[in-house]
This record gives sequence, C-alpha cells and structure tokens, in this order.
Amino acid sequence: MSKPQFVYVTYIETTPDKLWGALTSSAFTRQYWFGAEVRSDWKVGSPFALLLDGEVTDSGEILESDPPRRLSYSFKHHKFEELRNEPISRVVFTIEPFGSLVRLTVLHDGFVEGGKYLGAVSNGWPAILSALKSLLERGKILDIPRAALNKGFDAK
Amino acid sequence: MNIDQFKPLTVYTIYIASTPEKVWEALTSAEFSRKYFSGFAVEMEPKLGGSFIVRAPDGSEHISGEVFEYDPPRKLTVSWNINWPDLVAKLGSTLVTYEIETAGEAVRLTMSERHDRELSDDILSGGRTGWPAILSGLKSLLETGKAPQIKMAPPVKMLDALKAIGIKTP
Repeated sequence: MSKPQFVYVTYIETTPDKLWGALTSSAFTRQYWFGAEVRSDWKVGSPFALLLDGEVTDSGEILESDPPRRLSYSFKHHKFEELRNEPISRVVFTIEPFGSLVRLTVLHDGFVEGGKYLGAVSNGWPAILSALKSLLERGKILDIPRAALNKGFDAK
Repeated sequence: MNIDQFKPLTVYTIYIASTPEKVWEALTSAEFSRKYFSGFAVEMEPKLGGSFIVRAPDGSEHISGEVFEYDPPRKLTVSWNINWPDLVAKLGSTLVTYEIETAGEAVRLTMSERHDRELSDDILSGGRTGWPAILSGLKSLLETGKAPQIKMAPPVKMLDALKAIGIKTP
C-alpha cells in the first residue's frame, strides 16, 4: 500500500530561473494560482504564507530552498473548516532542465489516510500547474473558474 | 471483457486552452499525435468496436487495441496493449479512458490508465513517466501551435520489473 501523496509532473518551455521566479513571486502566482499570493523571503526556516484577498488561507515554513532547483515548504490549511483538523503537509517542487524544456515535479505529502485534504489538493494542483504552464509558454492567463473544480473536496 | 472490472491506477488531469472538439482530434488523429507523441501515429477507426493502433515511427504497431467507449467529444475508452511478447498474457489488458469537459475558457482532460488487477509501482512507472510528457506536449501544441520535443525512454525500473516476470522488452 503506497502512502497517501500527490505527485504531478509537467514539462514547460521555459528556463529554471523563470520557473523559480513564477513559483516564488506573488505577482506571478496571482495570475495562475486562483488569485492567491505567496509570501516568504524563501530562506530555510522562514515563514511561508498563501493569501487570498488579503486573508491567509495556508501557512507553513520553508524547509528547503535551492534556487533554481528545489523548493519545499510545510503547508497547513486554515480557511475551510472541513480541512482545518488535518495534519501539516509538505510541498516539494523539483525543477530540472530537460532538453530545451524544464521538467517540474510537484510532490505533496504528509496526508492522513482517508482525509479530505488529499482530494482537495489532487483537485487543485492540476489546474494551478496547467495555468502556470500556459502563462509561461504563451504569456496569457488561462482562466479556470474555481467552480469548475467539481471533483474531490468542493473548495469554493 | 467487462470494462467495469478495470480500475484507474494512474490518473493525469490537464487543463488546455482549447475546445473539446480540438482536444478530441488531437488525441485521435495521426497528424496531430506525431507532433506531440515522439513521432507515434494514433490510428483509430472512429466507432465503437473499431480498431485502435499506435504506430511507431518505423511503421511497426507499437500499441494495438479496440474502441470500448465512443462518445465524441466527451469520452473515449480504448484498450492500449503494448506489443511486447507475453505482456498482455502476464499483466492483462490496459485500458485508457479520456474524459473531456469544458471548464471556463479551458478544457479539462482527464486520462485514466485502468487495469483489472493490482500492479507494482515499478510496472506502472512506464505510464506515470510517459503520460505527463505526452499530454504536456499535446497542451503546448494546441495552445501555441508548436509541440516541444520531449524525448522519452522507458524507465529502467519498469524494464527490470518486466524482465523479472519473463516479459521480453526491446
């Protein structure tokens, strides 16, 4: 039985530096992460926060920071009551050059068996990372309404 | 074959700025697939029970199958059997289901690779490595008009796992 985790791989026509910038700049994340902004100084041990309309929805701590190769932070959800009691999870971004492309691997783990959070995360990341790829490759925002995420936990 | 006995062991979802019709065409036509799928040609008879072939650039039939669910441009299920000796006899058939839905100005494409038995992560690593590359290329092609060349090779751990159960791989 494998551990409950979510893994997503995508190939993006960009550079590792641009991808690192897109993952760590709130001006970028606002455009592809359903309007959410990341806040951190990206140093190991520093706080991490995700804000939507000025409200902190998720927070954690920087666990690894090796620009432009590897970034990891802990991730604790605050907004939705259904998810608040789940344990602190972890996100790891791995950025690797792949020919003229960059391979991005997102690993999100630390879930409890049978929890709702894994469903919410499995639902959200493909949309967020598809929008990130579109933004970097064609310079345009891919508008995926939150309401379209009708699988897994319904995070409106 | 009862397709309801096949459970999804690998699922990949991707959102594409396109229309369901174009995504369907990209998934089922040789002209499109050669561009994003390392030169491989998808040749599908567009009907229930029709044949489904993925032809390698050297002209050989790399994958053979049959159309099990046909509902353009929403849902397609095909058998996806790689033509390596004894592979189907030892591991059973593989089914691939594509579901295509509109999501705002995008299309959500969900690929499910389904099997009628449990398989090890090593064996499944082939699909888990391949699908992100294939579908990343398809998205780029539909959105930007050009497909990046993503060179893929079967993962060593998959080849080792297949060899260990007596399946000959190229």
